[in-house]
Amino acid sequence: MRGLRKEYGGLAAVAGIDLDIEWGETFALLGPNGAGKSTTVEILEGYRHRTAGDVTVLGVDPAHAKLDWKSRLGIVLQSSGESGQYTVREQLSHFARFYPNPRRVDDVIAAVGLEKQAKTRISRLSGGQQRRVDVALAIIGRPELLFLDEPTTGFDPEARREFWSLIEELKTEGTTILLTTHYLDEAARLGDRGGVILGGRLVAVGRIDELGGAEARVPLVRWRDDDGALREERTERPAELVVELARRFAGEPRELEVIRPNLEDVYLALVHAAGSAAGAGAANGEPASNPVHSSSPVHASNPEKEAEPA
Amino acid sequence: MSVVSHGIARTGYETKGYFRSPDTVFFTFLFPMLMLGIFAAAFSSRGDISLGPGSPDHVSVAAYYLPGMLAAGILLSGVQNLAVDIAGEKGDGTLKRLGGTPLSPISYFLGKLGRVFVTGVLQAAMLLAVARLAFGVALPTAWDAWGRFAWIFVLGTVTSALLGIALSALPRSSRSATAVVVPIVLVLQFISGVYLQFSMLPDWMQNLASVFPLKWIAQGMRSVFLPDGFKVLEQHQGWELGWVALWLAVWLVVGLVLSRLTFRWIRRDA
Repeated sequence: MRGLRKEYGGLAAVAGIDLDIEWGETFALLGPNGAGKSTTVEILEGYRHRTAGDVTVLGVDPAHAKLDWKSRLGIVLQSSGESGQYTVREQLSHFARFYPNPRRVDDVIAAVGLEKQAKTRISRLSGGQQRRVDVALAIIGRPELLFLDEPTTGFDPEARREFWSLIEELKTEGTTILLTTHYLDEAARLGDRGGVILGGRLVAVGRIDELGGAEARVPLVRWRDDDGALREERTERPAELVVELARRFAGEPRELEVIRPNLEDVYLALVHAAGSAAGAGAANGEPASNPVHSSSPVHASNPEKEAEPA
Repeated sequence: MSVVSHGIARTGYETKGYFRSPDTVFFTFLFPMLMLGIFAAAFSSRGDISLGPGSPDHVSVAAYYLPGMLAAGILLSGVQNLAVDIAGEKGDGTLKRLGGTPLSPISYFLGKLGRVFVTGVLQAAMLLAVARLAFGVALPTAWDAWGRFAWIFVLGTVTSALLGIALSALPRSSRSATAVVVPIVLVLQFISGVYLQFSMLPDWMQNLASVFPLKWIAQGMRSVFLPDGFKVLEQHQGWELGWVALWLAVWLVVGLVLSRLTFRWIRRDA
């Protein structure tokens, strides 16, 4: 997509996004509620029309896509719980008819681990099991591209792990996946690359373990000074700094921490930086044009030559 | 034609889902039978309904209300059931999910229409059976009467279904759907001669009802099930079957156009 824009009554929900997602990769789209994630995804899915910009999904503009284009997509929506009066097998068999080359219903039921519930009405399943039905319905048509919109919200930790292995199987089969999630561990586990949307703009994009730029990943050493102030310093050589601190304080520095930022820390730093920039003046929905963050966020639009994921 | 074969598959799926929703089955499927029973029981002590004292044309209360209940059944299965059902599917995400699949909207509507047809035929058959067996209503024996029944039923059902689809765009949420749709349907039933004897309504109410399709369905059904002499009770002392066909056809086109214009898989933003 190039220059993707979506306005609601003059207010930009998506304010110019450039992004390439490669075949076969899993891309994790991150961002707080209302940042423009869902709008972006719904434009890609063909549900909404954009205000401006160019978008191609599987070689087709979603705004003018035909039904055969939809047969190449799989969509797991945010909400579920409808059509509860059908059994798992009935629902899957029915949806399988819509697609030219569907997977076998029994295979899909087994893949999502609902063999025992195949003859149970969907309304009688637990929330996590209903979510697996959603995934089953999304993959029954053998999609080339799978959209997962906050797929594991409300899952218990075990169900989440089972769900992850299911998605990892789809990855190995070569399915391209666009994942939106609030769970950073999920993004880190499943994503090959990721992007952070803030205020309708993509403020960071890159390999999931490099997101936010190299500097954002530099370890942080934090301690409390003699004057009681909390100090922190980024350094590639935290051990050296700790040794020096120990010498300076002639003993154990107070509240000493060495932090190697994970995806969650990087993400929160980005959101925080954008938030304070917006608070500084641009509170009219116009995003911070240049987040005050030391690491310059990679501004989309450079389809980096990524190592293809295994 | 996969659009049609998907439509047939949807019909089976929809019909199965319909009969698994007890509240819907009660309020749209069994309701006319219940009402027929109540009217027959409540008014039967007042004797048969006739054209006047000493007139040879007279029918039992149940026989008199049967055509109205058949018409109400068509309206309920089509308008009320579909409008509430589709508004609900819009609200709970069913439509959004279907919109993400290669299912054609035409197949979706064929499925809805097919379901209304299947449930409507079953409902009419049960109403007729109840009227015949429980209330001893004599049913027509002439083929041409049943032929008339067939075309009025088919035309009325298709028109009702399309109007139901069009009306589903009106409720702003699935929760308000029943509140929006039921009063419309209920008022129509009262002014169109389903619950109240149409000939006893004031002229202005008869004229108002004549704008809407239910009056014409009910009138057509009366032409099938009441003695021919009863046509003097109609607004213009005749069955006016040509007008029945014409008005239903007009509403069919209105329903089709409105459905086409208003239907969206999801609530589309500006």
